[in-house]
Amino acid sequence: MIRERHLNALVLLLLFAVPLWAFFNDAPFTITLATRAVIFALAAVGLNIALGLGGLVSFGHAVFFGIGGYSMGILAHHAQTYTPLMEAPFLIEGTKSMPVIWLVAMVTSAFAALLIGLLSLRTAGVYFIMITLAFGQMFYFFSISWAAYGGEDGLSVYVRNGFPGVNTLVPINFFAICFVILCLVVLLNTLIAKSPFGLALSAARQVPQRVQTVGLDPTRLKLVAFVISGVITGLAGALFADLNRFVSPTMFSWQMSGEIMIFIILGGVARLCGPIIGAVTFVMLEHFLGGLSEYWHIYLGVLLLIIVLFARGGLVGLITGREVAHD
Amino acid sequence: MSTLLIIEQVLNGLQFGVMLFLMAAGLTLIFGVMGLINLAHGSLYMIGAFAAAAVAGLTGSFVLALIAAMAAAAIAGVLVEMLIIRRLYATDHLDQVLATFALILIFSEGTRWLFGSFPLFLNIPDYFSGPVTLPGGIQYPLYRLVLICVGLLVAGALGLFITRTRVGIQIRAGKNDREMIAALGVDISKLYTLIFALGAALAGLAGALVGAIQSVQVGMGEPVLILAFVVIVIGGIGSIKGALIGALLVGLTDTLGGIFLPELFKLFMAPSAAQSSGSALASMAIYILMGVVLIWRPTGLFGARI
Repeated sequence: MIRERHLNALVLLLLFAVPLWAFFNDAPFTITLATRAVIFALAAVGLNIALGLGGLVSFGHAVFFGIGGYSMGILAHHAQTYTPLMEAPFLIEGTKSMPVIWLVAMVTSAFAALLIGLLSLRTAGVYFIMITLAFGQMFYFFSISWAAYGGEDGLSVYVRNGFPGVNTLVPINFFAICFVILCLVVLLNTLIAKSPFGLALSAARQVPQRVQTVGLDPTRLKLVAFVISGVITGLAGALFADLNRFVSPTMFSWQMSGEIMIFIILGGVARLCGPIIGAVTFVMLEHFLGGLSEYWHIYLGVLLLIIVLFARGGLVGLITGREVAHD
Repeated sequence: MSTLLIIEQVLNGLQFGVMLFLMAAGLTLIFGVMGLINLAHGSLYMIGAFAAAAVAGLTGSFVLALIAAMAAAAIAGVLVEMLIIRRLYATDHLDQVLATFALILIFSEGTRWLFGSFPLFLNIPDYFSGPVTLPGGIQYPLYRLVLICVGLLVAGALGLFITRTRVGIQIRAGKNDREMIAALGVDISKLYTLIFALGAALAGLAGALVGAIQSVQVGMGEPVLILAFVVIVIGGIGSIKGALIGALLVGLTDTLGGIFLPELFKLFMAPSAAQSSGSALASMAIYILMGVVLIWRPTGLFGARI
């Protein structure tokens, strides 16, 4: 049995070493695959702040993933067609700069998360799962019918956006950007979990009455967690759109929300690296099983079932041999 | 925009609503009594439709096809309950979501493997095909009218079953306090299997009935599943009455919204813009409805108050 801390270090190390190996052996597809895994991991780490720490089972995190994606798509679309986004009351131009796009994606996601959180946190349990799903579907159908930005067909961006001082067209560079962001967010996650806010949030998940008695508002704590969580998933969405140079309503679909949730459950809820291990495993299974058989979804399904039934606490629980109660 | 059109669309909405009810009834019982989120309910709907299409293709009998649909879905439901779902009652909702999502993958790909990727077709039987003239001179497809009647009949029968029979009483008791009814000597695990079979059979029936007016294909269950979840959340989880009212609300909102919102928008917008923003709002309408209901009543219209 391995300690969880060592496992976390090992996972991050491997996640960096494999693309590096691929770079020296000229295997760009492996780098793309790893970038995909890192971005999914980022989205799942974001959701895990709401789900693992706050106990908020959001079935609508694709909203933020999609908002991030469309922020990138819309800004880059206007930049590549040389049309301003808005002329009155003041001029807003499109942009191809990653940092600006990330900022827009994060701020927009924050506003959306604030609004959705304020309304959804009136409910609890299963009803919370369903109301977040409903918000996801609203955005999904809205994006389908938004003809100005491609509607059902989505938006294509011809050239990957730029980052000052880095040539993002080289796969390994873009991977490095995503990986650094993932590491920063994991660090942020650790800091939050240990901070007074994180402790209060955990308490609000376990015994909300007690938290209320000592004078903290559980709903406000959960709302803050939900917003932070949405912001991170939004950032992941912007990166995902940049990886594919394409956004479509699929990023808003409920299957997307489900997949982000599955990364977490697969890896282990409320574990620091659970979402990362889950996302990496999922992407690898998708790739290798997809190569084995046309009907690979059956094998994926059976594997997921086995993990749910026999590995409580996800893969991290299986490897470290210790369960953390999640409720 | 005539009265005839309005009545026709209301009937279409009702037809959609009662079919949603058949899905939602099983889902709300499974959810309410066992506390289980069953994402695989849409797969049972699909199994019903495929079984019906296969049997109708072999025998040519629509009645046999319906029976086969209910039997196949019920058998699949019982098997899944006894082999897998039974282990999930004690776990939290997250594990249930993952496990039943895995079941969707297995069922969908399994069906694709058996029947191929091309949609199958299930024909409306001759004695139900063609239009019928309603009072007031409205021409309406007979089959859709039959669907409305079947749905309402099942709703009535299910209501009687839940409120009047001994098993129905046990189901309602199981919803309120499962330890107590187990202590009173009711075999709770047999009861759970029965509820699962009942819900599965209703889903299979809905799949077969709807399969005759749409195509029968892999993945047909998931859109309906999401709508059925919306229905039971609006109605309040565990309530059959709530499921019926929620289903009719969702069916009518979806159908009428799709027709009338674009028309309404045309009153004050350019036609093409009205068409696109009207249909955008229409497809969002049921989710807006659900959001409003939940914000107003956080446990649905007929759910237990927290």
